[in-house]
Amino acid sequence: MPGRMSRGEPLPLVHARGLTKRFGAFTAVDAIDFDVARGEAFGFLGPNGAGKTSTMRMIGCVSPVTAGTLRVLGLDPATDGPRIRARLGVVPQQDSLDMELTVRENLVIYGRYFDLSRAEARRRADALLDFVQLLDRADSQVEPLSGGMKRRLTIARALINEPELLLLDEPTTGLDPQARHLLWDKLYRLKQEGVTLVLTTHYMDEAEQLCDRLVVMDKAKIVAEGSPRQLIERYVTREVLELRFPAGASVDLDGRLEGLAERVEQLPDRVLLYTDDGEAAVVAVHERGLRPESALVRRSTLEDVFLRLTGRTLVD
Amino acid sequence: MGRTLRVVEYCARVYRRSWRGTLFVTFLSPVLFLGAMGFGLGGFVDRSDGLPGGVPYAAFLAPGLLAAQGMQTAAFESTYPIMGRIVWDRVYAAMLATPIGVRDIVLGQLAWIGFRLVLVTSVFFGVMVAFGLARSPIAVLGIGAATLTGLAFAAPIMAFTATQRNDQGFNAIFRFGITPLFLFSGTFFPVEQLPTLLQPIAWLTPTYHGVALARDLALGAATLPAALVHLAVLVGVTAAGLAAAFVTFRRALVV
Repeated sequence: MPGRMSRGEPLPLVHARGLTKRFGAFTAVDAIDFDVARGEAFGFLGPNGAGKTSTMRMIGCVSPVTAGTLRVLGLDPATDGPRIRARLGVVPQQDSLDMELTVRENLVIYGRYFDLSRAEARRRADALLDFVQLLDRADSQVEPLSGGMKRRLTIARALINEPELLLLDEPTTGLDPQARHLLWDKLYRLKQEGVTLVLTTHYMDEAEQLCDRLVVMDKAKIVAEGSPRQLIERYVTREVLELRFPAGASVDLDGRLEGLAERVEQLPDRVLLYTDDGEAAVVAVHERGLRPESALVRRSTLEDVFLRLTGRTLVD
Repeated sequence: MGRTLRVVEYCARVYRRSWRGTLFVTFLSPVLFLGAMGFGLGGFVDRSDGLPGGVPYAAFLAPGLLAAQGMQTAAFESTYPIMGRIVWDRVYAAMLATPIGVRDIVLGQLAWIGFRLVLVTSVFFGVMVAFGLARSPIAVLGIGAATLTGLAFAAPIMAFTATQRNDQGFNAIFRFGITPLFLFSGTFFPVEQLPTLLQPIAWLTPTYHGVALARDLALGAATLPAALVHLAVLVGVTAAGLAAAFVTFRRALVV
């Protein structure tokens, strides 16, 4: 579906300028600017407390904007909340499934909130349960489902109104690798069907897997924006050499790695050398007489981008 | 309106899974109370001086209990289930991601409690009729009086519940609110029996007005001016509670 036209430009699905959220004296989101185009998968990447969830809640029209401009689907959340929400799907960070209802009932009643007829709600519920591979659990209670199943049910619920924009707040946090991959597969298929995805994550691999474009958030601000590839090219080198030295040895590395890489990052447990040719760097390290316990050459990731931008790793 | 009805529909859907259990209790409670207090204790009362106007104690007690049943049902329905939906299961938060808004939630939830009150007090009234304790043709209006008594509690207690983060405050409501009101607001004996200083306090409570209204209707003693005063108090308290609930629900759910 083409976006509505405005002065020849397709209208962004989400448009934010100087978007700010304050809770009392605390600023959770500090004057951020971004646009989300129709059909893209857009990510907010950052550690816990960076302001990702607050931003998502403002886009979802459940948290009032403190200052700045926000338009969702071309409408103002302050005045058109219900109209916007009618066209959104929301997967909150914490599951909010109804434990008193069955799996199918959770979807049907949700469809009713969007004014679907009972028959239509039931039809869509079964189609969605099939999509997220839960049809055989349709009449089961929600409680005994695994974490991954609950997450999939929450996603199915968010799709009951056939939303144009799907908001996912940390969709795979706390899931095991198998459940994560199944979920990524579902989200990828939705994206191919033309659903615009906006998601937050603190997983670098998730952002690389799913996002066409992303912003890196840190301490309530956006610190970088681009596609995963662009960010890696702009802020880090193609490859990274990770060296581990025997305990205590890394203290007197001072200067001995200089010139071997574009940038050297010393972490408590390892040393990172940013270079376009990792193998050559390994050779050079040995030529200088250094004997690391291990030397690993890998492609650089968004994790490295984050480290470069903030000087910190992305750990909880 | 449509969105409010969706919230009612949600409550009905949940209730459909548990109504059998509640029905038995709903029926048993009036039978036990009317049997023990109305006829057992009432036998003693009627053999002594009795009540003014020669009304049998059971006939005096039954409409009072009817109104009190409304209060007690409302107090329960507006505490634990509401806390569950705000804090524990976050059901309301999920609703707010749809076109449904905070006012729809408050109104729909209160409407549902109103519906439950009609059910519970109708069963109670049926037991009264079976025991021959509805002495006036308009006694059936006592169902409305008892429902309104319940709403006068449900709305403000819902407002209170939305300010709480756990269920510890509910003990105080039941122990220092509902139980004394049940005992001292004219349900079991006329408030004129209270010490003179305490009587005005009783008049200020919705329970007193609900009990008096239901009793006047059941005994055929209702007068229009008195009934209007009772109604005004019950509707006024409900409206004030509703206004408060709009504010506290918004604070709890929208940040």
